[in-house]
Amino acid sequence: MQKLFLQKSICNRVKFFRKLLERLIEGLLMLSGGLTSLIVVLIVVFLFREGLGIFGSPSMETSSVLVVNKSNPIKSLTAAQIKNIFDQNITHWNEIGGKKDTIILFRIDDLTNYVSEEEVGANLENVPACLNKVVDSIPNILAFLPANKIPKNFKGVIVPSEKISPGTFLGGKEWFPTAEPAAQMGVLPLILGTLLVSFVAILIALPLGLSTAIYMGEIAPDGIRRIMKPVIELLAGIPSVVYGFFGLVVIVPLIKNAFGLDVGETALSGSIILAIMALPTIITISEDAMRNTPRAMKEASLALGATKWQTIYKVVIPYSASGITAAAILGIGRAVGETMAVLMVTGNASVMPHSILQPVRTIPATIAAELGEAPQGGLHYQALFALGCILFLITLIINLSVESISKRKKGERH
Amino acid sequence: MNIDHDKIFRSKRNKQNFAFWTFRILSFGIAGILFWILGFIVMHGIKVISWDFITKMPEDGMTKGGIMPAIVGTLTLVAGSIIFAFPLGIMAGIYMNEYAREGFLKRFIQVMTNNLAGIPSIVFGLFGMSLFVNKLHFGDSILAGSLTLGILVLPIVIRTTEEALKAVDDSFRIGSLALGASKWQTTSRVILPSAFPNIITGLILSIGRVSGETAPILFTCAAYFLPKLPHSIMDQVMALPYHLYVIATSGTNITESRPIAYGTALVLIAIVLIMNILANILRRYFGKKVKTN
Amino acid sequence: MLTVMEEKIASTEVPIIPKQEIPASNVVEQKIKIQTKGVNLHYGEFHALKGITMTMQEKTVTALIGPSGCGKSTYLRLFNRMNDLIPNVNIEGYVLVDGKDIYERGVHVDELRKNVGMVFQKPNPFPKTIFENVAYGLRVNGITDKNFIAERVERSLEQAALWDEVKDKMKKSAFELSGGQQQRLCIARALAVEPSILLMDEPASALDPISSAKIEELIYELKSKYTIIIVTHNMQQAGRVSDHTAFFYMGELIETNTTKEIFTNPQNIRTQNYITGRFG
Repeated sequence: MQKLFLQKSICNRVKFFRKLLERLIEGLLMLSGGLTSLIVVLIVVFLFREGLGIFGSPSMETSSVLVVNKSNPIKSLTAAQIKNIFDQNITHWNEIGGKKDTIILFRIDDLTNYVSEEEVGANLENVPACLNKVVDSIPNILAFLPANKIPKNFKGVIVPSEKISPGTFLGGKEWFPTAEPAAQMGVLPLILGTLLVSFVAILIALPLGLSTAIYMGEIAPDGIRRIMKPVIELLAGIPSVVYGFFGLVVIVPLIKNAFGLDVGETALSGSIILAIMALPTIITISEDAMRNTPRAMKEASLALGATKWQTIYKVVIPYSASGITAAAILGIGRAVGETMAVLMVTGNASVMPHSILQPVRTIPATIAAELGEAPQGGLHYQALFALGCILFLITLIINLSVESISKRKKGERH
Repeated sequence: MNIDHDKIFRSKRNKQNFAFWTFRILSFGIAGILFWILGFIVMHGIKVISWDFITKMPEDGMTKGGIMPAIVGTLTLVAGSIIFAFPLGIMAGIYMNEYAREGFLKRFIQVMTNNLAGIPSIVFGLFGMSLFVNKLHFGDSILAGSLTLGILVLPIVIRTTEEALKAVDDSFRIGSLALGASKWQTTSRVILPSAFPNIITGLILSIGRVSGETAPILFTCAAYFLPKLPHSIMDQVMALPYHLYVIATSGTNITESRPIAYGTALVLIAIVLIMNILANILRRYFGKKVKTN
Repeated sequence: MLTVMEEKIASTEVPIIPKQEIPASNVVEQKIKIQTKGVNLHYGEFHALKGITMTMQEKTVTALIGPSGCGKSTYLRLFNRMNDLIPNVNIEGYVLVDGKDIYERGVHVDELRKNVGMVFQKPNPFPKTIFENVAYGLRVNGITDKNFIAERVERSLEQAALWDEVKDKMKKSAFELSGGQQQRLCIARALAVEPSILLMDEPASALDPISSAKIEELIYELKSKYTIIIVTHNMQQAGRVSDHTAFFYMGELIETNTTKEIFTNPQNIRTQNYITGRFG
């Protein structure tokens, strides 16, 4: 009797542990299932925490200040004005609404032109006092000084530098993130450059990709299809640096000679390489979509005397229109985010793009090229993260729209 | 109404011929592009490839010598990333296909996974830098780079697993459950073994993808020039794709290091090719095995 | 006409297949529309049709019956060469439509299919408007005249006994129609290109009894203008609508005769068993 009871209890215990194990495993699997969501959230947090820091911060590093004489009516300067003044494009105060005098630029190195070395002192201990004196004595001065050299009882006026707003950031046409004294953080040329390169790429890739998808899905005999499939797979597998390298040594000289340009690193070179890279995406997805056309639909068309080609463009293509759209959008997504190949062949000039035969610079290429040199936490660093945010948002929109297209398609079927 | 049927038929046949020949030529053209790229790299690269090239350190400002540290670096990074991504990704795939019930949560995870898959690789680089390198103080290291690459392939691994599991016939599940097997017993002893071939082929292809990625490792682990092998996972490493980028665009002497660049590109492509061929062989092998059963 | 055809048949060398005499008694009043001679069809290894020789007269309804997988649908699809779409199909023998071998080199399938309309088992309208569904065949055959198309669409829908039900919603999607209406739309679509032969592959099997009855009625009316071949599972249906019936079994043509004969006096035991419902 007792033995039986013991057996039963062991049995129960085994059952209990088994159940526990099942629960444990399910929990573990669920956790890893949630991992991607967690990562997306983390990406958003980290990207935006660094990237949004740029808004509201002054366009000058906080370690230096711009200073004018207290008699000067100008009390603030925009980043663009500062750049133009220091580039000597603006030489008179009246050009920016001040008095009719020339702007006298002053940097800390110029100090000895105004005062003797004895006055400064052997250990430079009198620098703040001398600066005070110089700024006070020259009414037209615009001095660019290190913040720690400003004395307590300073007689000049510190010009607050313009804060970077989303408007100036997104709408600014100049991207000189390391310009002194004020960085120019306009990302419009980068956004336009990215869009230009990507759209031209899709313009090239879409007809080519669709042709191949149609050929592989509807026309080619089985043997050729079996060869084409791994070819497309390989095309997708080639690393982007290799594409970039190939573009650099083959496409760039080709473009240069074909159009008689001084440099072959142009938007067009980038678009061609991106088009090749986007092809596998477009081909696989649109072929899949076409393959989903019901056989009954194709047979109905053929039975009415339509040719294969008429069936393709009157039945198959309209039927798979949403899949083809999704393919094009995903192709754009791939092109927008592509980094290395574009970095290597587009020339990376951060100017507003006017033609496809000019060098342009894209958002990913900018990040890749500049992040290594941007000091962590600085303005430039934040600006590059903000670019990352823009890129993230673009791809998010692309993914969500593809998601909704494929969802709508599923709805239609029922 | 007079209809010239012969003319109409002739014209629509001509249109079809024209369209089909266009598609045929364009498709062969695209295949041609692949062979052009491969041929170009192989033709130029094969001259450089030698035992020394694969086993020596770079010399003379990377214009001479070999690329051994880059090869070792890439292999280390691939290993690191798959150690991280494969188990987690396969587990997540199992959860999504076998355990998760239809509903908001599953849909949400699916959307998030798809989004993760669509994020550009440079954004992974930014993320890896700010989380692993800076926040967690891993510094530029194999650890940071592997984790970043691991996150990048995670959605691919999940999708591969899900698709492989989806291909397993439902009768297997029902049959096993009907015998009184628990969910996990069914999954681990019946479903996974039959999905295994497809999972493996998918994973092999993803290895090719990892080994070619540049943008995610730019700021997380890749060294411009480091003529020694890594000793710990906290070391920086050279990597093939980054090495190719460096000597092709910003090395000390671009013209002189061009042959090395071709060689590096060839090694990179060879890795991808081998992975593809391996995957195809396995696919065929397992495909036959399933058929004869 | 007949002599011309006989000459044509005589001139084609058929070494393997014994030359068939055309049964003169059957052709006295009606012309032969379709004729197959020793047709063998293989799907890869599978021998789907085994030496089928048969004739079908103009403006009659021929029903093909037999258990599933017996080859009746495959046989039907010979006449508009729909089997061509399947890879690894191998066809031997002769299929003559209006005395011409449609599998000869130089025959264009699109021309053939314009002349040989087909209605499928499940209604398969295009995801287009009702009007565009019927107009599709005209458009793909190069007709651009709007009035002509509109006229023909109306006439075809009338012939298919659907006009009254859809005349006010021609711009609506075809998917808004009921299953039976969709099938009649598909018949109208096939009629619009004015074929002389209509192939029907179990056209009523996916429909409810009332829709099914309407289709049968329609077939009866269409007989006066078209040569109709219908595949059916439904014995009663075959009995109601057809003039001739052919019984297929395992890829062979077991017996063919007038429907009345087949149903009242089958010669073959297998035909008898099938018709009386002993297997099927």
